[in-house]
Amino acid sequence: MNAIIKKIEESQIIRKGAAPFRVGDTVKVSLRIKEGEKERIQAYEGVVTAIQNKGAKMKFTVRKISYGVGVEKTFYYQSPMVKEVKVTRSGKVRRAKLFYLRGKLNKKDARIQENKKGAKVPQEGAVESAQAEAPAAAAEETKA
Amino acid sequence: MSENVKTLIGKKIGQTTFFEESGKATHVTVLEVGPCVVIQKKTQDKEGYNALQLGFGERKEKHTSKAQQGHFKKSGATPKRILQEVRVDDATPYQVGQTLTVENLKDVAWVDVAGVTIGKGWQGVVRRHGFTGGRNSHGSMHHRQPGGIGASSDPSRVYPGTRMPGHMGANKHTTLNLKVVKVDSDNNLLFVKGAVPGADGGIITVRPSVKK
Repeated sequence: MNAIIKKIEESQIIRKGAAPFRVGDTVKVSLRIKEGEKERIQAYEGVVTAIQNKGAKMKFTVRKISYGVGVEKTFYYQSPMVKEVKVTRSGKVRRAKLFYLRGKLNKKDARIQENKKGAKVPQEGAVESAQAEAPAAAAEETKA
Repeated sequence: MSENVKTLIGKKIGQTTFFEESGKATHVTVLEVGPCVVIQKKTQDKEGYNALQLGFGERKEKHTSKAQQGHFKKSGATPKRILQEVRVDDATPYQVGQTLTVENLKDVAWVDVAGVTIGKGWQGVVRRHGFTGGRNSHGSMHHRQPGGIGASSDPSRVYPGTRMPGHMGANKHTTLNLKVVKVDSDNNLLFVKGAVPGADGGIITVRPSVKK
């Protein structure tokens, strides 16, 4: 990559270090929503089904079932619009992309086994923490 | 610096994603624009039109002919890689040897970027002109052929300009109305939204948009 482009991309990185989540994890994304002058935070929670690119261009896709309809949203991990990404449950999956979840609308079909070692996922340098993960996981599971 | 010259020479650096102040992710092309040095002034009285000859990029003296060395020496500038003329309404506010930077484009919201497109070599009509071609199966023997190129005995010739295979790309092309996302004067960089013609490292010219 061109040195100038590399420098520009590095200057865009606001969340340093490795992302605190992996594909299969359930995450809660806090989004900044601007309404006129005011800014509010909107939460979006679901399963990470894909991670694309690295560095400043890193994107992740979060899938959830909303009122019986599958919804997928893709976010830039380095976007200033994303305030925080919090892991609420760590999942154990054997795929890099969970496209097989598409079309599985009922809870039983779209179930992901919990990763018991998930709490040990390296968290260094990230703004998020997964400390609250273990107790919250059971509750979130039923909700998701 | 006067308002009427804003056309500058630069280099395409590459494309990336850039988060604007609003937080929106934008696809940008990064251009290194300037610094350009005024090598020669052309005036109505002497040459019959008003223009500035701008130089961009460094060139070693040993790679410059004696004749060109003299030309650069007259302006007091070091030898430049690219020499290009830019029309102006009035050349009098400029001095030979003066440097024009990306700072000149600071208040410009939209630009046009001209460059030489990537060469595609010799291409057939399907790629070059977007012909549909024939079908691939069911006994068809007409796949990517051009088909008819005109009528028979009248006019007994092929009209000039009929679209045929040939060399594609490597043409001068100007992309109009590109939004300026950021001007970085410290590093002579200009960020525009969208794509510009040519490969990375190609020479381009930037001017304020003529149609906006």
